[in-house]
Amino acid sequence: MSRHVVAAVGEIPPGGRKLVTIRGREIGVFNLDGEFFALINRCPHQGAALCRGEIVSRLEAPLPGEYRLAKQGAMLRCPWHCWEFDIRTGQSWCDPNDVKARTYNVTVEPGGGPGQRALRGGNGERLGRAGLRGNHALTGAGRVLPVGHHDDSFMDA
Amino acid sequence: MIQAGAIDCDIHPAVPNTRTLLPHLDDYWREHILRRGLERDNLETSAYPVGAPINARPDWQPAAGPAGSSLASLQAHILDPMQPRAAICNVLHGAQMMMSEDLSAALCRAINNWLVAEWLDRDPRLRASIVVPVHSPDLAAEEIERMAPDRRFVQVLLLAMTELPLGRRQNWPIYRAAERHGLPVGIHAGSSFRHPPSAGGWGSFYLEDYVSYAQGFAAALNSLLAEGVFQKFPDLRVVLIESGVTWLPANLWRVNKTWRGVRAEVPWLNRLPADIVRARVRLTAQPFDAPPDAAALATLLEQLGSEDMLLFATDYPHWHYDGTEALPPGLPAGLLRKMLVENALATYPRLTAP
Repeated sequence: MSRHVVAAVGEIPPGGRKLVTIRGREIGVFNLDGEFFALINRCPHQGAALCRGEIVSRLEAPLPGEYRLAKQGAMLRCPWHCWEFDIRTGQSWCDPNDVKARTYNVTVEPGGGPGQRALRGGNGERLGRAGLRGNHALTGAGRVLPVGHHDDSFMDA
Repeated sequence: MIQAGAIDCDIHPAVPNTRTLLPHLDDYWREHILRRGLERDNLETSAYPVGAPINARPDWQPAAGPAGSSLASLQAHILDPMQPRAAICNVLHGAQMMMSEDLSAALCRAINNWLVAEWLDRDPRLRASIVVPVHSPDLAAEEIERMAPDRRFVQVLLLAMTELPLGRRQNWPIYRAAERHGLPVGIHAGSSFRHPPSAGGWGSFYLEDYVSYAQGFAAALNSLLAEGVFQKFPDLRVVLIESGVTWLPANLWRVNKTWRGVRAEVPWLNRLPADIVRARVRLTAQPFDAPPDAAALATLLEQLGSEDMLLFATDYPHWHYDGTEALPPGLPAGLLRKMLVENALATYPRLTAP
């Protein structure tokens, strides 16, 4: 497992997202109510840029007409065919066990000084390595977001 | 030749004429019908031209009256030679779709009374579907309540193409009553015949009318799915009668695929629509618009995806087969066994319950 610094906490407000490129792979990092999650920017259906899709709420109804807005802003809707994916787990709404977007662990870890603001742009992998070399990169808030880059298996968030 | 003990899920006793129903009407409605002279009109639907060959097998044409109007003929043609464990009577009649809801309900009551007196009481192998005014859900539910205590009624009969799509909430009293009494809803080929039989308008020829019935069934099924009838009434089963079979797999793929993208507008539809259909919907297999060769048939059955869905039916007296070859050719033995008995018993709880 490799780890990459991808952003400062303050870069991604609640409800926000940031697309980063790690080893040539685009990954979307999302902030849901202060918790961070990461998904590959590739819809498992036909490869669309999933993480550029609209963030939508989870709409449920135990019975016809009994509408529930179950989780606000919890789903990502693919821009091509509107399949919905749970940002936390990568699971599709329609076929959660078999159609899943790959997820990545995200942790918030203490960082150092303000120089790490450079993470906002450029090559994420290189900058990440640079950040990890000193254990953890620093931000103005004193925290950073490394992305743990796991193998290809699906990881339940 | 069909083995004895099969269950024939679709036969059509015919009301010989409206005068036959007069003794079975309430006093008020008998008077009403006589004053209007309605007893002189046989209130046939325009489902088929009266003389269309498909209406009756040539050797099943009675000497007098419409095909299917004689119990003795039914016994001679089906019940005695085939010895079914049960045969389900589905009466198709203008009463089901009249403009006047009250007259419609009165005539449906008369038909159900007539079914009891002239058919069910006269042959223990017969079962029947409750005939209801399909455009008056409250009155339809009342009629279900009235007839349900007679357990020889095993189903509620609706038509595929009605004034409102079948899934709409106005129709829910029918499903509520049917579910409460363990009665599947049988949706038979048919229409109100006052709106176009296709979504594109009125056709010119019988050919297109008949073939397009499959679209009417697809619309009915998709309405039941989208409106959430299967969620609202979790014990309700639906039987598509005389719908043909081959249209269904393509419709299931289409509804599954579309659902993945737009499911949020029908959030109660919380599993693959095709899975719901396979669990809750059954089809009578006569007529079976069978593919031309065995390999294509095998593919179709695989696409259907369940051996539980098909129900045996002769569709008496309609002309779909000759002699005693009531089963579509080429069906695998395991499926046939289920079709002939087991699937019907699983679909119609009243066929087994005392």
